[in-house]
Amino acid sequence: MPYDEALERFEPVLGLETHVELGTESKMFCGCPTEFGAPPNTHVCPVCLALPGSLPVANAEAIESTIRIGLALNCTIAEWCRFARKNYFYPDMPKNYQISQYDEPLCTDGYLDVVVDGETVRIEIERVHLEEDTGKSTHVGGATGRIHGADYSIVDYNRAGIPLVEIVTKPIPGTDRLAPEVARAYVTELREVMRALGVSDVRMEEGSLRCDVNVSLMPRGASEWGTRSETKNVNSLRSVERAVRGEIERQAAILADGGRIVQETRHFHEDTGRTTSGRSKEEAQDYRYFPEPDLLPMAPDREWVASLKADLPELPSVRRGRLQAEWGVSDLDMAAMHNADAIDLVEATVAAGAPAADARKWWMGELARRANEAGKPLAELPITPAEVARVTELVSSGALNDKLARQVLEGVLAGEGSPDDVVAKRGLQVVNDEGELLAIIDKVLAENADAADKVRSGKVAAAGALVGGVMKASRGKADAARARELILEKLGVS
Amino acid sequence: MTELLHKTAAELGRLIAAREVSAVEVTQAHLDRIAEVEPKVNAFLHVDPETTLAQARAVDERIAGGERLGPLAGVPVAHKDVFTTTDMPTTAGSKILEGWRPPYDATVTSRLREAGLVILGKTNLDEFAMGSSTENSAYGPTRNPWDLSRIPGGSSGGSSAAVAAYEAPLSTGTDTGGSIRQPAAVTGIVGMKPTYGGSSRYGLIAFASSLDTPGPFARNVLDAALLHEAFSGHDVMDSTSIHAHVPPVVEAARQADIAGLRVGVVKEFGGEGYQPGVLARFHEAVELLESLGAKVVEVSCPSFGYALPAYYLIAPSECSSNLARFDAMRYGLRVGDDGTRSAEEVMSMTRAAGFGPEVKRRIMLGTYALSSGYYDAYYGQAQKVRTLISRDFDAAFHQVDVLVSPTTPTTAFPIGERADDPMAMYLADLCTIPTNLAGNAAISVPCGLADEDGLPVGLQIMAPVLGDDRCYRVGAAVEKALEDRWGGSLLTKAPALEGLGYQHG
Ligand SMILES: [Zn+2]
Repeated sequence: MPYDEALERFEPVLGLETHVELGTESKMFCGCPTEFGAPPNTHVCPVCLALPGSLPVANAEAIESTIRIGLALNCTIAEWCRFARKNYFYPDMPKNYQISQYDEPLCTDGYLDVVVDGETVRIEIERVHLEEDTGKSTHVGGATGRIHGADYSIVDYNRAGIPLVEIVTKPIPGTDRLAPEVARAYVTELREVMRALGVSDVRMEEGSLRCDVNVSLMPRGASEWGTRSETKNVNSLRSVERAVRGEIERQAAILADGGRIVQETRHFHEDTGRTTSGRSKEEAQDYRYFPEPDLLPMAPDREWVASLKADLPELPSVRRGRLQAEWGVSDLDMAAMHNADAIDLVEATVAAGAPAADARKWWMGELARRANEAGKPLAELPITPAEVARVTELVSSGALNDKLARQVLEGVLAGEGSPDDVVAKRGLQVVNDEGELLAIIDKVLAENADAADKVRSGKVAAAGALVGGVMKASRGKADAARARELILEKLGVS
Repeated sequence: MTELLHKTAAELGRLIAAREVSAVEVTQAHLDRIAEVEPKVNAFLHVDPETTLAQARAVDERIAGGERLGPLAGVPVAHKDVFTTTDMPTTAGSKILEGWRPPYDATVTSRLREAGLVILGKTNLDEFAMGSSTENSAYGPTRNPWDLSRIPGGSSGGSSAAVAAYEAPLSTGTDTGGSIRQPAAVTGIVGMKPTYGGSSRYGLIAFASSLDTPGPFARNVLDAALLHEAFSGHDVMDSTSIHAHVPPVVEAARQADIAGLRVGVVKEFGGEGYQPGVLARFHEAVELLESLGAKVVEVSCPSFGYALPAYYLIAPSECSSNLARFDAMRYGLRVGDDGTRSAEEVMSMTRAAGFGPEVKRRIMLGTYALSSGYYDAYYGQAQKVRTLISRDFDAAFHQVDVLVSPTTPTTAFPIGERADDPMAMYLADLCTIPTNLAGNAAISVPCGLADEDGLPVGLQIMAPVLGDDRCYRVGAAVEKALEDRWGGSLLTKAPALEGLGYQHG
């Protein structure tokens, strides 16, 4: 069912479960390194392979990072809590139980504010807990790359035991047709919070940030929420948005036909933007949770928690507010910079000496256009904030005008060197040799006697045509402002 | 060489340190004894004389090189096959781990090595330490040296039998519900369950994580204390290990003075289900304590009656999760992997073939007890009982310094007698389980022979958490008084293992 029609008939309720791999030096319960991309099964030991007799020892840095995440998300930090075993058999989980947290999470009841379409939406956080990642299975042969139908499977345990923080929202009603945007904005904001805290590299494509999207629909005006589906394999911000939209459309079609939604796990397909059915959750798997007897309870000291809170870095939303005030830009411009991922770049350009308005102008204008053409994120353009700052400096000193500056940027992006290199190589200096400029002016005045007379008689507005003539004659290299001054001087009206 | 077999571990350590006898000679004497009696006793799952003698030679060289090692350097020890060892297979008595060679040493193993002890081999046990008779071993039962038709206790039955049969002066065990104290009691030797967390579980193949405790066996109290001290103490690899010094167990074993000590007799242990000969020896032991200057009172621990059912929910629950890792994927047995079956099928077939009936019974019990909808009624309730038992102990230790009881309600029962009756088997641990649930310390020391069958009876001495030294102090006092009465250790009354060319001196 088309999205608009779906929204006319049904109201969506969202829920998001996000897993963040922490960037700790070592794994959650052993000393193995967490580095990504090592040859398979080289970062393993008796503990993370679950050899008989091995025991876990909790990583203190991971506990600290989780508490900091909880604090940044305005959560209450548990005074006492425990790890729990989540029991189920799967070959990529060496112990056949996952050490996780069940009814005693480290952090509870927080929120994260996100801005969508100029409106602030408060996303309530139910819990933030700490657990360990599983190994990674690769299913070889078969059509789907999934376990069913595969010829054989191989497992890499390098990832097994990497600390994983799970952040679960409360159900999010009331987003209406903005549901896809809200979901995306939430994951974007969460990612920025993680970056600001320095707890994870949050790379969705490497799986260090993974998102499960829960969607249910209820008929407009109903008060009882519908059955939800849980979509996994959502590996980019864009996919988060598309998965929500796709699920709303799919569920609406089923409900409109009088069908019912099955509670199940669904897999998102990047290529089609659609989801397909995974494991049914109707017969709920019984994980037989119980408190992990191999680990001591955690009882974070209150003073320590308070000091962690005091030492939190400036959070992204606060920072955006501050920069907006410092730069004096409108909500709309700020939102545009945020959406374009330009805030860090503008800030760095300002730090390199550029006026905020100029920095914003170049990044959101010429450079955004170039990035768009190249199909790349802004940050991946081959130009540094310092180089952009240098271009703005050349413009404000009069050495370049905007037209030449665009050519300089083009040169830098083409790998011709620094802005100064490009200026030198392409001979892009504004003409500021007064002798040369005066000669051009004399020539233009002689060729445009009528206009010159008008100016002499006080019609200063007519000078525009003369300046245009100078610019044309100099092929754009003249400093237009200086040319105007000299023309008025020569005609005795300055 | 046989006179070396009769020496205490402390004496052997002294002689080796003084270079009056070499570790190799002592080790060879025990290897010879093992070769002689093993066909009857079956205490060991793995003996490798070459590896063992190489360890002994290395100790002799270190001593010759002037290195000062611990008091047990060069003394042989039999090691329960539930601790990982890099130089010997580790099976936990299960087919599912047959032939598994661990790539790492348990902390207890590495501490034995550091202290210069010589590991004679790996001893038999009930599969995954689940049982009270060693009949649940996948590799055949161990026999009690006092009567080869009877069980040596369990689960550490190989370790108790090896020491009682003079195959080793010392051995290691693990105690989850009585698996050290009960085998010690029925074979007439000393067995100690330290405070939970006092000895490391790292490398101990888990049965029930919140209960498993490594501890020593010996033929006398001082030797047990020396071994206890050698492998105990904080370990960073075990999060549940206690950050405290090992209690002064060796000093306490030497002190053996109990004048003024307050002793509580647990009212709830005794009466129906207890063998009269066991109760008779126990009451004599209590009188003996009084005669040695202790003040004896009766103490009630009303929750102890719920210990057995609580234990049989908690231990199977933990085991059902701990044993999930035996799935044929990374190590151990693999059944049915012929290229046509799924991973789930191979896991299922391997577990069906690799685990014995008692292990399966407990996995099923535990899986059920943890199931959603049953958790509160079973596991949750059992945890509450556990708290009540700890409170009973706390209240009791306000009144008295130690508690005493028979270690086990009966003497060693015949092999096969309870094999088909799990409930009867579980009753063997009636008196020992409360201590596991509360995590405190307890020892079993021999206190005579039951009149009915002439088999050994054990006295259990229970002390508070980290009060391990009290167990040794009282145990040593009882041992000294009884040996004076008997004219030697209780084991001198054991029948010779006939036809095996060995006679008691
Ligand atoms: Zn590891």
